[in-house]
Amino acid sequence: MSSEEPVWILGTSMTKFGRYTDKDLIDLAAEASLGALDDGGVTMAEMDVLAAGCLYEANGGVGQRLQKQLGQTGIPVYNVANACATGATAVRTVMMAIKAGEAHMGLAVGVEQMGKMGMLGADRAARSDKQVFERKGRFGSVVGVEGRLGTNMMPGVFAQAGMEYAYENDGVGFEQFAKVAQKNHEHSTLNPLAQYRKAFTLEEVMGSEVIAYPNTLLMCCPTGDGSAAVVLVSDEKLKSLPREQQRRAVKVSASVLTSDPWTEGCQVQPDVNTLTRNAADAAYEASGVDPADLDLVELHDCFATAELRHYDNLRLCEPGGAGEWIDKGGPWRDGEIPVNVSGGLLSKGHPIGATGVANLFEVATHVRGEAGDRQVPDAKVGLAHVIGLGSSCGMHILERSGL
Amino acid sequence: MADESAADGGPSNQIAMVEYLHLDDEPHLVANVCDNCGATYFDRRNACAACGAREFTASRLANTGSVRTFTIVHRAARGVPAPYVSAVVDLDGGGRVKSNIINVEPKPENVTLGMRVRLATYVTATDDDGVEAVAFGYEPVAA
Repeated sequence: MSSEEPVWILGTSMTKFGRYTDKDLIDLAAEASLGALDDGGVTMAEMDVLAAGCLYEANGGVGQRLQKQLGQTGIPVYNVANACATGATAVRTVMMAIKAGEAHMGLAVGVEQMGKMGMLGADRAARSDKQVFERKGRFGSVVGVEGRLGTNMMPGVFAQAGMEYAYENDGVGFEQFAKVAQKNHEHSTLNPLAQYRKAFTLEEVMGSEVIAYPNTLLMCCPTGDGSAAVVLVSDEKLKSLPREQQRRAVKVSASVLTSDPWTEGCQVQPDVNTLTRNAADAAYEASGVDPADLDLVELHDCFATAELRHYDNLRLCEPGGAGEWIDKGGPWRDGEIPVNVSGGLLSKGHPIGATGVANLFEVATHVRGEAGDRQVPDAKVGLAHVIGLGSSCGMHILERSGL
Repeated sequence: MADESAADGGPSNQIAMVEYLHLDDEPHLVANVCDNCGATYFDRRNACAACGAREFTASRLANTGSVRTFTIVHRAARGVPAPYVSAVVDLDGGGRVKSNIINVEPKPENVTLGMRVRLATYVTATDDDGVEAVAFGYEPVAA
């Protein structure tokens, strides 16, 4: 299906996630891009392709605007948008160019500037009722459906995703979901790049404001600003580079993108599971890596309820056993398979376009042994997962160089 | 709008808030069901997302079912009263639908996974001509 030669991450960088009033979108993307180029010991002049992922300025020519800050070298630019998998899709775009033999080296950057955007998923204001009713849209609705026919806003959609898991499996409830947030907030205290770095007790997590039960405020990720970038290089090109660059390179053992296949439920409630399972299975098969081999996982914890389901979807725990797994500490940084040692989206933050690149930065930094205080000891292989509703799932498995 | 609401089968001063809610005799939902595989859709499809077939038949769905999952929304969209219960209901005989659980106080102890529910309607809004928009939700069925 594709070339047998692996593609490698040569350099990577991310900005601290947060809320920037003194920098714009392109400043953030440029900071991450130059950081990744410097980290890889290469320059913009050596890039054969650029992919820029940004969701909220998808029609804004972000890649070309970025070139004006980094170097207008005339290379092909792809501006991509793919929900929360936007960043991972930018990475895959560069990877496909390399695998197709069109490029030896390329830069993929993900960026977003959201500020305090509020809750996503019902971005049109509720329709005013003072009018003459007229049928609109695919459902022929005469009034807004949000809040009348259930919720489509993200905290509630993902709460329902979690509660469906509780419906199907024993030992899963509010407390298990809350433990996810307790863990990720605790992990974030070690990550200087996280938007929030504050630990909370389980009681504080469960006792904070309810947004969409069982998700409380501390179980919902924040909106924010930030960028992350990777420089990818072909196997052939890497082996022509100096020894030190080869040693620090990170092997991309699997790179997968899926969308959601039809399931009955996904017509009314997004199915975040089937496409994640499909992507995980494809990634494990492509890499030859077994879930038990993973030294760390960065997965898409947009809400605590989502993370718990993904333990099962990524086959980190026994089938149906995600509740039990968190109860026994499996995903803590000193547990069986550390999950979201960065603090995850819940505390590191979730500037949407940047997220699917930032998780590669995190895993790459650990398998290089360069993660400082939060380093997972002797990490050799890790998995990065993102999912966007609609749906789209990106999955990467990264391994230490060995060169 | 009176003509259109009459087409729903309900009183002429009422209109179903979505086209898949029908108000005649007993209010109920109507889905487009794939002639080939039986997949159900509340909106129009050019081809079936499950099997690709292009023929559909409008079919009445059951008014009863069980709660597959729910959430209690406290921080709602602007203009939406909160808290309220949003749920996905597995309908008896097939079909899955998202709506609110109504006629129950929105507290975790009042809604259980697998709880039996039935469709119920209520007036949710009135326009400047006095036409009432009728919404549907699901209310608990006493065991």
